[in-house]
Amino acid sequence: MFASQGSCGFTAIILSALVADPTNIFEPAGTPARSIFSLSMLVLSITAAIFLIVAGILAYVLVKYRSRASNGEGEQEPPQIYGSNQIELSWTVIPILIVVMLFLATTRVVYTTERAQRPANALDVTVIGHQFWWEYRYPELGVVTANELHVPVSDHPQTLPTYLTMSSADTDHSFWVPRLAGKMDLIPNKVNTMWIDPQMKGLYLGQCAQYCGVQHAKMLIRVYADSPEEFAAWVEHQRQPAVDDPGVAEGRNVFMHNACISCHTIRGTVATGRFGPDLTHVGGRETIASGSVPNNPANLREFIDNPANFKPGALMPPMHLDTHDLDAVTAYLTTLK
Amino acid sequence: MATQIPVNELHDQGAQAPRRLWLEMLHGWVTTVDHKKIGLMYIGYALIFLVVGGFEALLMRVQLAIPNNHFVSPEVFNGLFTMHGTTMVFFVGMPILFGFGNYLIPLMIGARDMAFPRLNAFSFWISAFAGFLLYFSYIGGSGLYGAGSAPDVGWFAYAPLTARVFSPGHSTDYWTLALLLTGIGSIGTALNIVTTIICMRCPGMKMSRLPLLPWIYLVMSGLTFVAIGPLTAAQIMLMLDRYVGSHFFDTQAGGSAVLWMHFFWIFGHPEVYILVLPAFAFANEIIPVFSRKAIFGYPAMVAASVGIGFISLSVWAHHMFTVGLGPGGNTFFVLATMIISVPTGIKIFNWLATLWGGKIQLTASMMFAIGFLFQFLVAGLTGIMLSVAPFDWQLGNSYFVVAHFHYVLVGAILFMVFSAFYYWYPKMTGRMLNEKLGKWHFWLFVIGFHLTFDLMHVPGMLGMPRRIYTYEADRGWMIWNLLISSGAIIQTVATILFVYNMVSSYFKGPIAGSDPWDAWTLEWSIPSPPPSYNFAEIPIVGSRRPLWDLKHPDDPDTDYEMGQADPQEKQEEGA
Repeated sequence: MFASQGSCGFTAIILSALVADPTNIFEPAGTPARSIFSLSMLVLSITAAIFLIVAGILAYVLVKYRSRASNGEGEQEPPQIYGSNQIELSWTVIPILIVVMLFLATTRVVYTTERAQRPANALDVTVIGHQFWWEYRYPELGVVTANELHVPVSDHPQTLPTYLTMSSADTDHSFWVPRLAGKMDLIPNKVNTMWIDPQMKGLYLGQCAQYCGVQHAKMLIRVYADSPEEFAAWVEHQRQPAVDDPGVAEGRNVFMHNACISCHTIRGTVATGRFGPDLTHVGGRETIASGSVPNNPANLREFIDNPANFKPGALMPPMHLDTHDLDAVTAYLTTLK
Repeated sequence: MATQIPVNELHDQGAQAPRRLWLEMLHGWVTTVDHKKIGLMYIGYALIFLVVGGFEALLMRVQLAIPNNHFVSPEVFNGLFTMHGTTMVFFVGMPILFGFGNYLIPLMIGARDMAFPRLNAFSFWISAFAGFLLYFSYIGGSGLYGAGSAPDVGWFAYAPLTARVFSPGHSTDYWTLALLLTGIGSIGTALNIVTTIICMRCPGMKMSRLPLLPWIYLVMSGLTFVAIGPLTAAQIMLMLDRYVGSHFFDTQAGGSAVLWMHFFWIFGHPEVYILVLPAFAFANEIIPVFSRKAIFGYPAMVAASVGIGFISLSVWAHHMFTVGLGPGGNTFFVLATMIISVPTGIKIFNWLATLWGGKIQLTASMMFAIGFLFQFLVAGLTGIMLSVAPFDWQLGNSYFVVAHFHYVLVGAILFMVFSAFYYWYPKMTGRMLNEKLGKWHFWLFVIGFHLTFDLMHVPGMLGMPRRIYTYEADRGWMIWNLLISSGAIIQTVATILFVYNMVSSYFKGPIAGSDPWDAWTLEWSIPSPPPSYNFAEIPIVGSRRPLWDLKHPDDPDTDYEMGQADPQEKQEEGA
């Protein structure tokens, strides 16, 4: 009776592995995630075998030794058996052997992931966690962006992993893109590293996996794996200063004369704030509010009006702009492709 | 030395006394130092908080049933999971287990009270005060200038989120002080349990004849000594950080967030075993009685418990595999964590061997114990998955972990607590619980439990992190969350049945008599409920199952034990 309930859960687990989901850990698309995947298959088969044996014995015992009398009265007590050292020894030694085996397999993956040889051509990205958004800096390329991480695809024959150097500006965060790698925490006053090597072009999703404050839930991660050419073009574009479109000079004025500049940077202007995301090329991003809504003028306008519309608890205050200024500044930010 | 137990059927004096005023009764409960009354107060207090914590869980499940739900705000949700976790660990788990320990240990070792009755009362009242202090935060949390708010830093309150710059107001201080105070109560009770077991066993009850329940409470209390210290120290350091300007965990000024994690988890992981060991203790008493057999491998069970106690002190950083400890640190804690599965496995195998060849009576109590056995097996296996550090890099802090530890805390511990209620309620009240309602309770709870917590593993594997107040619609998590939430409702219905059963049976249940289960330990030799002095005459025991010896003079345990374990006594017997 219990085994059937358990198998329910296990069927569900197996089913879930078959369904395509954007953040399924059983659909690895990079080396670290793939080595975890193969190790997890070993672990799952060992634990499934143990489960079947032990739950099977439990079910057998319950059927075989269930008292026939309704209340046990009038029956003789069964023979009293107090123990057996040989049996105790056997169910001590066999688990120890399983533990040794699992430990060795685990150690191998721990070391091959954490002590991987870093190729000379690897890309460096510094990841800084903020309440509640991601800052990405490419120190060798002079690029700074937010929330949407672009990396080159790393397929054969040219492997090109990206090494992430991670820390936090405020509370603890954790960088988790399940299809690329396991998670790694971003801790203030501590520098951690991890690496990813997406092997197929595309978008990989994830989100912050360490509770970091009110709006932990909407601290989403988007990793774009571009072909080498696309990535080079993206980098070249990001290095340019912001577009200066005279058609939106009014919105630009609103931005530069309000508190926006104390938190945001737009390269090529007086806005050099560091507290919020760099907006130099914000118009070119697919999403705003750390990946929670698509980047279109309507959403952008609503976000500027009051960020709590999408992200209650976001540290950006409601700007209290009048309708005219709001439209103007939205138009300006939209041009910053 | 033979077993001598005066099986007295003296009536409790109180039963014949005239009805007293409720004020006098209240006064009696408040001023009591009787271990049984304190035990019952612990249990009642824990049950109240169980309802409160369960209600918080229900609100969270409503919020998460569908994506982008607006049932509660993120601020409220973060308060709910913080309060739910803190409540369930410190104000349900600890007091309910201490309550059963308080009630049962003196009865099982043939003592008239705990070693330090006044300390016992003090421990209870300071823990009770701590619980009310925690919930007072809803009124006073933000200080005089604002409305109250619950702590919202998570039950392990990672630094630096607890620093004043990220948690202004006083809600975090309520959390800190509540844990500090309840820790004092826990240490007091642990001290009492250890002293009672070491010093107050009845004549003949050597440590090798101590029933397994007190044995395991001894280990659990030892762990409490070691574990609560670091927690208390960390709370004091946090308060110094917040109000005196020290920088232990203040990363803005060079403090270390990882230091807090070490302090918290060197408490936190032994704490898991502090909670689960009493569940083992109940199973060790209940499974043999309803299998009609002695526990299989008593010495191995004692050794496994002590082993778990020691090993559990060296596994704490398996909560920190993603913190960046480096491969050396990670593999050490992988090994320590995997090793603890060996003594735990020994326990499961010994319970199976106890069932093997028995005559299993499927009472409500035994059904919950079997449920415990099955679910603890699954929880152990998912625990092995999480001990594999790379697998934990994926599963850690996801809903898989939430499912895993609820399998332990609900599937194992709460199931065994329910089992213990059906087993010892007759001793505590003198009335039997309704068996039929008990079985309804069991089946509903099993269905609800498996619906919620089996399925909860899945969104974790699909990338859903814990502690998010809402989630994106495109991640494929919705159907799972909807089913998980529906299971929570079934569990609620089952719990209501249980509460109804307890209340109605108290007034109308059949009279239990002193020994309704035909059991073998000393608490069943005295009336139900026991008189305030417990034993009219202190019993003398000659084996681990003194009542078995009385009931089966042809086949007493004493024979077996003298042949095996006690040559010295055999000589005395011969002389």
